[in-house]
Amino acid sequence: MRLSRLLATLSLIAVPLAASAQDLTVSAAASLTNAFKDVGAQFEKANPGVSVKLNFAASGALLRQIEQGAPVDVFASADQATMDRGDKQGLIDAATRRDFAANSLVLIEPVQGGAQVRALKDLADGKITRVAVGKVDTVPVGRYTKQALESAGLWSTLQPKLVFADNVRQVLDYVSRGEVDAGFVYRTDAAIMRDKVKIVLTAQGHDPVSYPAAVIKESRNKKLAAKFLDYLATPEAGKILEQYGFGKP
Amino acid sequence: MFSTLTSLDWFPLGLSLKVAVAATLFALLLGTGLGWLFARRRFPGRSLLEALFMLPLVLPPTVVGYAILVAAGRRSALGAWLYRHFDYTLIFSWHGAVAASAIVALPLVLKSASAAFAGVDKSLEAAATTLGQSAFSVFVRVTLPLAWPGILAGTLLAFARAMGEFGASLMVAGSIPGKTETLSMAIYNASQAGNDDLALMLVIITSVISVLVLALSNRFLARR
Repeated sequence: MRLSRLLATLSLIAVPLAASAQDLTVSAAASLTNAFKDVGAQFEKANPGVSVKLNFAASGALLRQIEQGAPVDVFASADQATMDRGDKQGLIDAATRRDFAANSLVLIEPVQGGAQVRALKDLADGKITRVAVGKVDTVPVGRYTKQALESAGLWSTLQPKLVFADNVRQVLDYVSRGEVDAGFVYRTDAAIMRDKVKIVLTAQGHDPVSYPAAVIKESRNKKLAAKFLDYLATPEAGKILEQYGFGKP
Repeated sequence: MFSTLTSLDWFPLGLSLKVAVAATLFALLLGTGLGWLFARRRFPGRSLLEALFMLPLVLPPTVVGYAILVAAGRRSALGAWLYRHFDYTLIFSWHGAVAASAIVALPLVLKSASAAFAGVDKSLEAAATTLGQSAFSVFVRVTLPLAWPGILAGTLLAFARAMGEFGASLMVAGSIPGKTETLSMAIYNASQAGNDDLALMLVIITSVISVLVLALSNRFLARR
């Protein structure tokens, strides 16, 4: 008896949450964490009654959640390859897809006790024992890193030193704690921890880092989702992205 | 499915077994000692200390992982010292996974050992003492054999727990393929990468092993 009353109370709490049509769930690449928190807050301000729910992880992991039926309205990926995969699987509304930001890949080392890496080839040096990179299969920054290191002919040499992280922010965390000697992140990630990590160089020889976003086909809130995508293209959102160091698409 | 099996990388399974065996050994030694201490000795702060050692059982593994990172990371006093003098780091090595698994598995041995020691009939120990046995001899020849089934059951549970450790090990050891990627991490990676066949195969393997260990543990518990 008491249990059923508890369940009834719980369902009363749950109903308004589920029924609210103005919830917008945005799954965004981990590197967008800080910028999208601001963009989401601004979007809420511009659209009273709308609540933006942000879900951050590696783009590959986010796509995997969407594939499994996660109730997501907007997907913002850190690379074209992951979005292409979503398109091929029929998960996104391809007509809504657009690029909204650009970034660059950088090599960072800890400020405190850094091993003084100057060039990519220095990573092959014996005094460098660990280099953090994103997981190649699921984390876009890992894929860009692999391309850059392959272009430099270093990928296979560095294999034994590589530590694979779940997303770009984990790479940043490993480097800032000094657990690894160096790591590959986006310029925008390095910028949020200026006191702990320093940029050694900007990597070359990889696909351009561009961020596409699209409305999810299964979204129950397509109109609002499209509005959010439009908002990403406004000067207002552009200013926020620029503030965090993102380039124009 | 069968092509997945034939092309399976067995490294994660081997590593998981290696980590679990090492972690279980640590947990067994420390857990038996502490279990005896908590069951047989009265000293101030005893229950607080026991609660402290039981904590990993109820805390999220991420807390254990974080604690190890803070305590033994390169920036910590201990981690920096080890690195400077021995060029050794626990982080991102399989030893880190052993440390994490041992801490998480310790409460299981401790609790069973403590209960087993408490259940040993003290008059038997007293009888051995009157027959001229030293305290150590009484412990090894009377107390330990009587408490053994309980300790062993707890140890098997600890082994199963260590095999399945994920959160703390991931934080401390990373998941470096061919180096620190255990079975549970391989499952996580396969499922994230959308490799469902591989994930399912690994899930079946780990389930079979765990069921065997648990069944064995139950037999020892029943015998007690």
